[in-house]
Amino acid sequence: MRISWFWIIALAILAAGVLVTKVVDNRFIFYASYVVLQFVVLATAWNILGGFTGYVNFGSAAFFAVGAYTSIALDKAFGLPLPALILVAGMIGGLIGLGAGYLTLRLRGVFFAIATLALAVVLETLITNWDYVGGASGSIIIPPTEVMFFDDIIEALFSLMLLLAVLAVAIARYVSISKIGRGLAAIRDDEVAAECMGVPTLKLKLISTTLSGALMGIAGAPYPFYVTYVEPASAFNLTYAVNSIAMPMIGGTTTWFGPVIGALLLGVMQQWATVTISSELNLLIVGVMLVAFVILAPQGIVGLVRKLVKRSPK
Amino acid sequence: MTAAAPILRINAVVKRFGGFTALDGIDLEVAPGERLGLIGPNGSGKTTLINCISGALIADGGAVLFEGADITALAAHQRTKSGIARSFQIPRPFASMTVAENVSIPLEYTERRAVADRDLAEEAHEILTLIGLESLAATAAGALTQIELRKLELARAMACHPKLLISDEAMAGLSGNEVDEILEILLRVNDRGVAIIMIEHIMRAVMGFSERIAVLDAGRKIADGEPGAIMNNPDVERAYLGE
Amino acid sequence: MDLLLNAVAAGILLGGFYAAVSIGLTICFGQLDIVNIAHPAFIVLGSFCTFMLYEKLGFDPVLAGVVMTPVFFAIGMALYSIYYASFEKRGDESLRGLAFFFGIMFIVEVLLIMTFGVDYRLVETSYIGQSLNIGVVGLPYRLLVPFLVSLAMAGGIYLYLSRTFTGRAILAVAQDRLALQLMGADPVRIKQIAFGLGLASTAVAGALLIMLGPVEPSVGRLYIGRVFAIVVLGGMTSIGGTMVAALILGVVESMVATFYGPSWAPAVAFGFLLITLAVRPSGLFGR
Repeated sequence: MRISWFWIIALAILAAGVLVTKVVDNRFIFYASYVVLQFVVLATAWNILGGFTGYVNFGSAAFFAVGAYTSIALDKAFGLPLPALILVAGMIGGLIGLGAGYLTLRLRGVFFAIATLALAVVLETLITNWDYVGGASGSIIIPPTEVMFFDDIIEALFSLMLLLAVLAVAIARYVSISKIGRGLAAIRDDEVAAECMGVPTLKLKLISTTLSGALMGIAGAPYPFYVTYVEPASAFNLTYAVNSIAMPMIGGTTTWFGPVIGALLLGVMQQWATVTISSELNLLIVGVMLVAFVILAPQGIVGLVRKLVKRSPK
Repeated sequence: MTAAAPILRINAVVKRFGGFTALDGIDLEVAPGERLGLIGPNGSGKTTLINCISGALIADGGAVLFEGADITALAAHQRTKSGIARSFQIPRPFASMTVAENVSIPLEYTERRAVADRDLAEEAHEILTLIGLESLAATAAGALTQIELRKLELARAMACHPKLLISDEAMAGLSGNEVDEILEILLRVNDRGVAIIMIEHIMRAVMGFSERIAVLDAGRKIADGEPGAIMNNPDVERAYLGE
Repeated sequence: MDLLLNAVAAGILLGGFYAAVSIGLTICFGQLDIVNIAHPAFIVLGSFCTFMLYEKLGFDPVLAGVVMTPVFFAIGMALYSIYYASFEKRGDESLRGLAFFFGIMFIVEVLLIMTFGVDYRLVETSYIGQSLNIGVVGLPYRLLVPFLVSLAMAGGIYLYLSRTFTGRAILAVAQDRLALQLMGADPVRIKQIAFGLGLASTAVAGALLIMLGPVEPSVGRLYIGRVFAIVVLGGMTSIGGTMVAALILGVVESMVATFYGPSWAPAVAFGFLLITLAVRPSGLFGR
C-alpha cells in the first residue's frame, strides 16, 4: 500500500508535537502555539469556501463562537467529554453554514458575503441575550486538573489542536485534489459556465459552506477550556474575522498550503507582537498587510514564490 | 426521408423580463443529427431562446421537451447531463486552468460513472484533437487568442457528451479563414451524430451549414424552412431591412 | 397607546436618519455595483471628526458635517481610484474587492480605537435633550434635527442625480457604459465622482449619528446590517426605494426596542436582510 508523502510528514509532525510536550517546560510556547494552530484550522476552513469556491465569508467569528458556545452549553448540561463536544460543535457549525448557504447562495456571491456579516451580528445578539451560557457577563469553565498522558491541560489542548490542524489541512488537501475540488475551482472561475458544463453548482457550494462552517465550529470547541472564561465580546472578537481572511489571502488562496503558510507567518508574528506592542497596533498591521497583499500580490506568498521560481532558469 | 421523433421540441415558449416580452410563443423542433440555423435581427430573442433551452433561464410559459422528457424547469447542469451543450457567445473559460483541464471538467461531470484519471486524459486529448487544440493542451486558458477561445468553447461543449449542441455566434468577429475553421469543426462534430443549432449573423456560414433555418423577429418565429426558401421569404427580408 | 404613537414617531424620525446613512451605499452599491462594506466605518469616522471639531473648535455638528463633506468627497475619489486600478480594470472585483473594502473598514475602525479608545463620545449642543411636543407625541430634537437634515440631503442628492449632467451621467453609467462613452463622458471619471459623492454623504451621516447618541468605534458594525438591509429592501438602485425601506426599518426597530428591549434592535435589521434575500432579493421596488 502506497502511503503518500503528505501523511508521512503529517504523522512526523504529530509525533514531534507530542515529543515537545514531554521535553519542553516553557508554558508560553504551548499557549502561543495553541493560538497559532487554531488559526491554521480557521484559515484552512475559510479558504475552502473563499479560495477554492470564491465566496467570501465575513462571519468566521460567528462560526468560531458557535463552536465555543456549543461546548459551554453541552458541558454545562451534560458534562460531555471534549471529543464529543468537538463533534457536536462541528455539526452545528456545519448546519449553520448549510442554512446560511441555502438562504443566499442562489444569489450573487456579494449577497452571501453580506449575509455572513449579518449572521455574525445576529448570533452575537442571540448569545448575548442567552442567560444559560452566561449572556453578556460570560461563562467560566473549569478545565480538568488531571489529564491522561500529558502533564497538564494546556499540553493536552496543544496536542489536540495540533491534531485538529493536521486533520483540517488533510481535508482541505483532499478536497483540492478531488473531483469536488475541481468542480469548486470551476465555480470560482466562472459559475455560469460551470453550471452549463454539468457542474451541480448549488450542491457543491452547499457542501463547501457546510464543510467550512463545520471546521470553524470545531476550531472553537476547545476554546472555553483554553481561556477558562468566555464572554461574547472575546468569542466574537474582530481578530478572528480579520485573521481568517487575511491569513489565506496573504498565504495564497488557490492551494491547501497557502492558508497554512499565512496562518503560521501571521500567527507567529502576532504572538510575538502581543507581548511587544499593543494588540490594536497588531491588528492594524494585519489589516494593512491584508490591503497591501490584496492590491499588490493577489496570489499571496505562494503566488510570489511561484513567480520567482519561474523567473530563475531551471 | 422518414420523420424521426424530434430530439428537441419547443412548444409555445414564453419569456418575459418585467414588462418586456422577449419570447412570445415560440414553436420549434430539431430532429436528431439535424443542422439548424437560427437567425434574426438583434434583439429578436435568439439568445433568450437558447438560454431557455440550456437552462440559463427558465421559461415563463410553454414547454421545452428533450428526447420526449419535459425539461422546462430543470436546472442547467441537469440539462447538460441529459445531452444539451452550449458554447457562449463571449467565451467564458476557466481562467485558472489549462486547456486540457477546462475540457476535463465537463468530461468528469457529465460521465455517468466514476472515471479513472487516465481515461479522462485520453478522452480530453481525443476531443482536443477533434477541435484542433491538442497542441495547446497544457496552455493556461487565460493566454489563448480569440479564435482559440472560441474553439475551447466548442471543445468544452463537445466534452459534455452532447446529443444537441448550441453554437452561439461562435464566428462573430472572426476573419474569413477563421470562420471556415469554425465551420469545419462544427461539421466534424455533426458527423458524429450531434444535432447542432447554429446562431450566426454571417449569412454565408448559415446558408452553407444549415439543413433548415428558423427566423426569429421580435420574439416570434416568422419563418422556418429550407435555406433557399428562407432567403426568398419577403417577411424575412422585411425583418432585416425594416419596412 | 401613547407608547405606541411615540414609538412610531421615533421610528419615523429614525428611519429618516437611516435613509441618510444608506443613500451613499445606494449610489456605490446599488448603482455602481461596488460593495463598499467600509461605508459604515466611514460614518463612524465622520462622527469622530465631528466630535473633534465640536470639542476643539466648538462647531455645531451639522456645520461640522458640511465642512467635512468636501474632505470625504476627496477621500472617496482617491479610494475609488485605487479600487479601479487594482481590481475593476483587471476584472477581479468579487473576492479581492470585498477583501479590500473589508481591510479598509478594519483599518479605519482600529485607527479610531487607537486614537480615541473604546469609550463612548458624544456632543451636547444646546438643543439636544429637548423635545418638540405635539399632543401626546414627543419629538426629541436629537432625532428631529437629523431627520430634517437627512431629508434635505436626500432631496439634494436626488435633485443632483436627476437634474445635472454629471448626476444623470452617474445614473447612466450604471446602466450603459458604452452609451455614456459615446456621449463624451468618461465612465471612470463619472464613477469616481459618484463614489466620492457616496462617501461624502457619510460625513454628514456621521455628524448626525453622534447627535443621535453616543458613539464608539465599533458602532459601525451595527450599521452594516442596517444599511445593506435598507439598500436591498429598497430595490438597490432607487433613492426613493431606499427612503421607504429606511422608514419601514426605523419604525419596526423602534417598536421592537420599545416593547422587547433595545438589545434586540440590531437583530431586526439583519433579520430583515436575511428574509429579503431569501424571499424577494429584488426588494420592494427592484426590477
